[in-house]
Amino acid sequence: MQLLYFAWVRERIGLDEETLAPPQGVATVGALLDWLRAQSPGHAAALADRSVLRVAVDQTFADDTTPVSDGAEVAIFPPVTGG
Amino acid sequence: MTVTVRLQTAPFDLTTEVAALTNARTDIGAVVTFTGLVRDLNDGAGVSALTLETYPAMAERQLTEIAAEAAARWPLLGGTVIHRHGTLAPGDGIVLVAVASAHRHAAFEAAAFLMDWLKTKAPFWKREDAGWVAAKVEDAAAAERWTV
Repeated sequence: MQLLYFAWVRERIGLDEETLAPPQGVATVGALLDWLRAQSPGHAAALADRSVLRVAVDQTFADDTTPVSDGAEVAIFPPVTGG
Repeated sequence: MTVTVRLQTAPFDLTTEVAALTNARTDIGAVVTFTGLVRDLNDGAGVSALTLETYPAMAERQLTEIAAEAAARWPLLGGTVIHRHGTLAPGDGIVLVAVASAHRHAAFEAAAFLMDWLKTKAPFWKREDAGWVAAKVEDAAAAERWTV
């Protein structure tokens, strides 16, 4: 699974992307976030407050119930501030 | 009718973009444009440079979907949406929305809709000297008003 991080999520985790293989039970965005928080203190800090995170699966906005699969591109970032 | 979407680091030129929309056409009665610029002051803090980060693949996709939605809702005769990324200075253009229609109401509304949805749905993040810019509640409310 390809993970992409943007803005302060990227800075707090210290990576702009990584390829990870979550265990089989991690089948939704919500479960993935829980699993990611356990990966490092940086992940835990960046992903602590769900309310300030947005998630996209394969470039489409997702919520905690959205399924994630092995080949997915999952992006995690703060609420957008363009325009 | 399609609304053209572009993601770029280079500056854009309003006159050129409007000319491209209206060139050799006589059916367009109204062109509404919106240009978003970098301000030197935001929430009381001075801004000497603004960095715009983006997720290019998703930005192109979201802007294209938003543009298609505008074209479905209003009788547009053309449109252009340009969003810049990279490092910008105060006074620089960030975003351009130009919409052409036979009459003004469709063009005004479509331009406002495009900006409101772009601000809440397109993956861009602004970083100023003081840090990352926080999302505004008013922007979410502005986008909500177009919900059917």
